Amino acid sequence: MIGYALHFSFACFAIALLLNLYRLAKGPSIADRVLALDTMVINGIALLILYGITSETTVYFEAALLFAMVGFISTVAYCRFILRGDIIE
Amino acid sequence: MDILVELLISALLVIGGVFGLVGSYGLAKLPDLMTRLHGPTKAGTLGVGAVLIASMIFMLWEERDPSFHELMITLFLFLTAPITANFIAKSFLHRHSDEKAKLPPTGTDYGWASFDEPPSTADDEPDSLTGPRRRSN
Repeated sequence: MIGYALHFSFACFAIALLLNLYRLAKGPSIADRVLALDTMVINGIALLILYGITSETTVYFEAALLFAMVGFISTVAYCRFILRGDIIE
Repeated sequence: MDILVELLISALLVIGGVFGLVGSYGLAKLPDLMTRLHGPTKAGTLGVGAVLIASMIFMLWEERDPSFHELMITLFLFLTAPITANFIAKSFLHRHSDEKAKLPPTGTDYGWASFDEPPSTADDEPDSLTGPRRRSN
């Protein structure tokens, strides 16, 4: 039963990543693209955790934590660059 | 007992997948950025949180070894999602200052936040902020 649920979840997050890619390519304003990239990072974390469940290891948690931190910092840095024209003043 | 745990994990995985998909579909479908922000920041975060909690229960059940890394990731994502949403909305308003024309008057002494000048804060700011800037060069 967990196998079917895992496959369903994998498919959902894969389609979600494709939808994010569509918004990243189309997005009329620059904030749309930043939002699409941020959502792609979050969906990538979900895929990483699902792969960790599939292979029954706990190795991928550190990678997911690093992904979460780097994604947050890069989003904040990009928004700050749009707002101020500089990241570290 | 085993079938109950398996059912719980499967339900959390399916719920997480559906919420993640709905969040990203909202990101692709909704008409403008201020509505698009709702999809990933609410539904998407809930979906990832459900997947992480499913993974935590799975590892607890499979390895008999409690690990709280997923709880840490969940907490981190739940804490940072509103901050990134606020930053993205701020940068959107910064780039589109013509949005102010669509807004009704506020009905108070103060204007709209991040469009109008803030009310004077000279009374509660120290002199080093309001006084003339001294530059050494």
